[in-house]
Amino acid sequence: MEFNNKTKYIEKLLEKYLEATTTVAEEQELKIYFSKEDVAPHLLEYKMMFGYFSVAKEERFTKNVPLEPKKRHVSRKWITVAAVAAISFGAFFGVDLYHSMKEQREAGLAYTQTKEAFELLALNLKKGKEQMMYLNELEETKEKIFKTVNN
Amino acid sequence: MDASAFLNTVLPFKDKMFRLAKRLLVSTEEAEDATQEILLKLWRSNDKMASYKSVEAFAMTMTKNFCLDRLKSKQAGHLKLVHSNYQDESVSLQRKIENVDSLEWMQRILKTLPEQQRIILQLRDIEQYEFEEIAEMMDMNQSAIRTALSRARKAVRESLIKTHNYGIQQQN
Repeated sequence: MEFNNKTKYIEKLLEKYLEATTTVAEEQELKIYFSKEDVAPHLLEYKMMFGYFSVAKEERFTKNVPLEPKKRHVSRKWITVAAVAAISFGAFFGVDLYHSMKEQREAGLAYTQTKEAFELLALNLKKGKEQMMYLNELEETKEKIFKTVNN
Repeated sequence: MDASAFLNTVLPFKDKMFRLAKRLLVSTEEAEDATQEILLKLWRSNDKMASYKSVEAFAMTMTKNFCLDRLKSKQAGHLKLVHSNYQDESVSLQRKIENVDSLEWMQRILKTLPEQQRIILQLRDIEQYEFEEIAEMMDMNQSAIRTALSRARKAVRESLIKTHNYGIQQQN
């Protein structure tokens, strides 16, 4: 008789359970009921369900979680800051360096061009100097002639 | 919060995170990796942790979202793992119960449930959270949770009744 009453009570709870209106405490009652051997045969499927729920809750997470010390967080932040600083530094002075190299290159070009111009000038001067030799020759000849005349 | 304080905070629910991850990802290894990754994420954002209403609810929501994302990317990449010959590592756990087959059977039935129902059933029937907590974790209202849970419970029972004879034979 008591067994029947208990079964009726469990059936009521199961009805509520299927409609998801049982409380956690009532569901715990069901878990306990179905963990025992004397379960009414027509409720055996619930034994499987609640049995599984109890066993599934036993599983543990056993893996270690390698927590890095908090200091490294801070240093990582600073590394980022340093990296950004280095990059902007590089960009800033890099542009400068580029400009100074460009200037140097331009100066080099100007130097060669000037040198070439001077060389050309020198060559022409030399030519002029050679021409001057003819003038000298003329002078000498002229002097010879006049000397002769004066005598 | 330093490392030991953090570990003490997550200690009461890290197993729940793992079990939820396993419910969704199925493989123990994947669930372990996922749990580890989520805990590390939580640790990195631990300055903000004091501002959460419930760290546990937040962690469970993170676990749920993380695993759903992982499942989605797996499907998108056609990398769906086949677990048909998967060997569960929790041997000590299985030794505790006489009928390994019925456990596996339950696991298989739960796997056929839609993800949302699976998560809700896990949170309620295994972890025994209150509806209020589940509503917070799922970002759903309580009546929607009850509806989904009711459907999930009925579906599991139906599947079991279909194989009832099989179940009894296995148990005897």
